[in-house]
Amino acid sequence: MSPIFVIELYVFVLAGFVGYQVITRVPPLLHTPLMSATNAISGISLVGSLVAAGSGRGTVTTVLGVVAVASATINVVGGFLITDRMLRMFHRADPKPGAAKPPAA
Amino acid sequence: MRDLFIQAAYLAASVLFILGLKSLTKPDSARRGMQQAALGMLLAVVGTLVNHEIVDYKWIAVGLAVGSLLGYPLGMFVPMTAMPQRIAISHMFGALAATLVGVAEYHTHSTDLPTARMAALGFEVLFGSLTITGSFMAFAKLQELLRGKPITFAGQNVLNLLLFGGAVACFVFLVASPGHPAVFYGMIGIALLIGILMVLPIGGADMPVVVSLLNSYAGLASAATGFALGNTVLIICGALDGASGFLLSILMSKAMNRSFRNVLFGAFGGDKVASGGRTAEGLVAREISVEDAALRLAYASRVIVVPGYGMAVAQSQHQVRELAELIERRGGEVKYAIHPVAGRMPGHMNVLLAEANVPYDRLYDMEEINGQFEQADVALVIGANDVVNPAARNDPGSPIYGMPILNVDQARSVIVLKRSMNPGFGIENELFYDERTSMLFGDAKTSLTRLVTEVKTV
Repeated sequence: MSPIFVIELYVFVLAGFVGYQVITRVPPLLHTPLMSATNAISGISLVGSLVAAGSGRGTVTTVLGVVAVASATINVVGGFLITDRMLRMFHRADPKPGAAKPPAA
Repeated sequence: MRDLFIQAAYLAASVLFILGLKSLTKPDSARRGMQQAALGMLLAVVGTLVNHEIVDYKWIAVGLAVGSLLGYPLGMFVPMTAMPQRIAISHMFGALAATLVGVAEYHTHSTDLPTARMAALGFEVLFGSLTITGSFMAFAKLQELLRGKPITFAGQNVLNLLLFGGAVACFVFLVASPGHPAVFYGMIGIALLIGILMVLPIGGADMPVVVSLLNSYAGLASAATGFALGNTVLIICGALDGASGFLLSILMSKAMNRSFRNVLFGAFGGDKVASGGRTAEGLVAREISVEDAALRLAYASRVIVVPGYGMAVAQSQHQVRELAELIERRGGEVKYAIHPVAGRMPGHMNVLLAEANVPYDRLYDMEEINGQFEQADVALVIGANDVVNPAARNDPGSPIYGMPILNVDQARSVIVLKRSMNPGFGIENELFYDERTSMLFGDAKTSLTRLVTEVKTV
């Protein structure tokens, strides 16, 4: 096992712990936005796809890369937009009950 | 210098992602935090684009343009009621990206892959491929392209185990000698098949667990991509995503009092399950008219609304809010009791009610509200079944025995909005026959609209 691989393993395990600790504190109220948020963030596979699509390693790699770029971009663009759309909807009760108006979008 | 910039961009992105997820612990800070996470993503992409390995930007531009064109409507125009299938299909895109990067990487380097990288690549395409087809199947079931009931056949679990064994054998073989493309692509084929077979026997009510589990797999595939490419930001994001999905699937399983194994291999909700519990023979349900139900709600001082999947199907969340506002204007108090697995995905009911402009501080988790049912004058159940079934508490023969439920049966009176007495997934619900329970039959949206009209005239 190369030393770099070991360091990467550390990063993975520690990031997993951070994720677990942070996400345990997300209330069930926001579990759907949480899913769409992690989806958007998982679009980070873009960084791998971009290199595959643009490094000129032959047609096969480029085609695979371009499809991967498109898929990841769908998640990035769609994921962040829909998360924002959802989070915009969550608001507290108005002080005057019954007079609740949607917050300015 | 350029490498330094790239690494700084990746580090900043990782920090912003973690802060973004942390912001989701509070509804008021969440939006801002996620916008910062989006900024982090932009940084990471810009950082990657200056990478010296990239020599041609033409095709990158095409991919980005196509992805944005498809992603924009998926983000802006998909209705909240379609959120479960929307989330399921996005797991597919995430896994597809990871898998294709893995295939491209293997295609370029197949003969000179060191063991650790080949193992990472193997994990990447294994998790990736089964998530692609699994998520698509989940999407198809949620979108009702396929019937939501579990699809089972003889020898299903044996076949799954054999395929799984085959995939593992391919994996081990490849790690030992990477230069065999046929084995590599064979492994992908098997994994794609496993994804299909894994979701086939899973019923609609179990979807929250499966969608969360697929979320976790998509994350693990991303993390494996990070290992294969030696890219830390990918490893970090994959780990975050994987942890999130894993945690959600544990929470969902707990909320149903079932193990992963049981969800994945149990084919819950199948026709055979109904025989387990008590039957409703000889019991009579009491029907209530819209007028009487409206009267009872209008004069109630404490009402607890219990939404279920039926509310989502009827898309009646706006009518629910309207009714609640009328009751509040008359001086009553309305709270919402949200069971963790109500609906088809974690947090499904919360999002729908938030969309209908229900303030989030009126939405209560099961633990918070269960003690309050005793004081409630009316519990209004809208299209919920299993999550309010007392059999979970007192009928050891019932397939849902042991599952934590909302204590609706402790309310002073219960009004159940339901299409008909036909039990949804084959489990009888004695709550519907309780002497304090009144049934209001019909489509939830129609019933609620009529209730609203009636309460106005009281």
